Amino acid sequence: MSAEKNPSTAANGGTNAAAEGSELIKFDNVTKRYGSNVVLDNLCFDVSPGKHVTLIGPSGSGKTTILRLLMTLVKPDEGTIKVAGEYLSHEERNGKLVPAGEKHSREVRKNIGMVFQQFNLFPNMKVLRNITEAPVHVLGLGKDEAEQRARELLEMVGLTDHIDKYPTQLSGGQQQRVAIARALAMRPQVLLLDEVTSALDPELVAGVLDVLRDIAHSTDITMLCVTHEMNFARDISDDVLMFDAGRVIESGAPEKIFTDPEHERTREFLSAVL
Amino acid sequence: MTDLTAGLWELLFKGVWVTVQLTVFSAALGAFVAFVVGVARTNRLWIVRFLSGLYMEIFRGTSALVLMFWMFFVLPVAFGWQLVPMWAAVLALGLSYGAYGSEIVRGALAAVAPAQQEAGIALSFSPWQRLVKIQLPQAWPEMVPPANNLLIELLKGTALVSVLGVGDITFGAALVRNALGESAPVYTIILVMYFILAFLLTRVMRAVERKAKAGIGQAPQKGQGVLRKLTIPRQADAPSSDLSKSAGGA
Repeated sequence: MSAEKNPSTAANGGTNAAAEGSELIKFDNVTKRYGSNVVLDNLCFDVSPGKHVTLIGPSGSGKTTILRLLMTLVKPDEGTIKVAGEYLSHEERNGKLVPAGEKHSREVRKNIGMVFQQFNLFPNMKVLRNITEAPVHVLGLGKDEAEQRARELLEMVGLTDHIDKYPTQLSGGQQQRVAIARALAMRPQVLLLDEVTSALDPELVAGVLDVLRDIAHSTDITMLCVTHEMNFARDISDDVLMFDAGRVIESGAPEKIFTDPEHERTREFLSAVL
Repeated sequence: MTDLTAGLWELLFKGVWVTVQLTVFSAALGAFVAFVVGVARTNRLWIVRFLSGLYMEIFRGTSALVLMFWMFFVLPVAFGWQLVPMWAAVLALGLSYGAYGSEIVRGALAAVAPAQQEAGIALSFSPWQRLVKIQLPQAWPEMVPPANNLLIELLKGTALVSVLGVGDITFGAALVRNALGESAPVYTIILVMYFILAFLLTRVMRAVERKAKAGIGQAPQKGQGVLRKLTIPRQADAPSSDLSKSAGGA
């Protein structure tokens, strides 16, 4: 990855060697079951570099599972996922596709950052160390460089004053902004956002969404976003995918989906949440 | 009280020092065993989990006293080398209290929110880094109070060594008793001695606990006296509810 200083443009490592096709993320016939419950059903979709894609749909429709698959927190039962041209939960060995080992997954995963619904900051580390720990010990960045980057990111999310606090001393909104900075500090090509405002008090939501809008508009990072904030989705998305029962039932530009959806199910869902 | 001469007092105080040494060395060995076995019981490989579980069951299920005898009397016959009584005792106490301690470690690790693991995975930490940087530091404050209990058990358990002729408090007391021909004063005195040692141990562990809690952003509680409990905590000190939720994880 390049070593640009500016956090806002540095978030995306630029064009990777990935470019065998144009897509950065590619789901190929992915099926995921929990017991007899099919969560994702032969799912195919891809995301081009720099695109912001929002996944909407009723709960249990498989949106979050997609993010968890990309984070290798769960493994697909069938099908393959490629990120930046590399298989994610598989690896090629002697020309055969076999389930990926921990090391392979970790390498491919370095392209991906994730922000969680419950923030999941490390309570045993102060804000600064939450952000610098992975860049230093996973990417092998120098301590000074990592701290410099962390300070720039904290400035971007407006939390410079809180650098020396423990996560428990911050509000939910502040914690989530630190979590965003922590994810960006790894300079991922893809940022996964898993209902990042759902656990926040209503008055704290706007601050977090503003930060994300800023990132979406000022960087070329690819975003995959699960959200119930439809206005936010409309603002930042290039594409919206409507999920139901483990399938994409409709996709398109946000103007189209939100104003003139084709599918009956989409209309029902939107009228319920808007 | 009966006339305890200076020489007899000296016997008891020497015994205190031996008891302290026994406790410290056994605790060090026990803590090492507890961490290794406790962490191994959360390993991904079933064979590692099985072997560590087997260790825990065997050493938890055998008497420390019998183990001590075994180390002292059977090992020399079986392997041809003789342990000094002191080290036979430390080995026996450390191995069996370590087995108890491993359950504390395992339980505290299990109490760390699974979401913390996921956050570690999302940042591409290796399994070892996740254990050392995320899980153990967060589990540590949970371990301290039950470890305090176990340490006090261990302190009192060191009295077993007197049967091997190690000169601890209890051994010293037996000598003094023989010299004086009286039981009541001697045993009362060493009862108090054990209590004082246990009390000091608890004070130390309280300090450790406060420091551990401060290390995960929970403000150290100063002055835990009765007065403090009767006063209403200031609102400003308490984190708002959505914070405590997140600290607990999803």
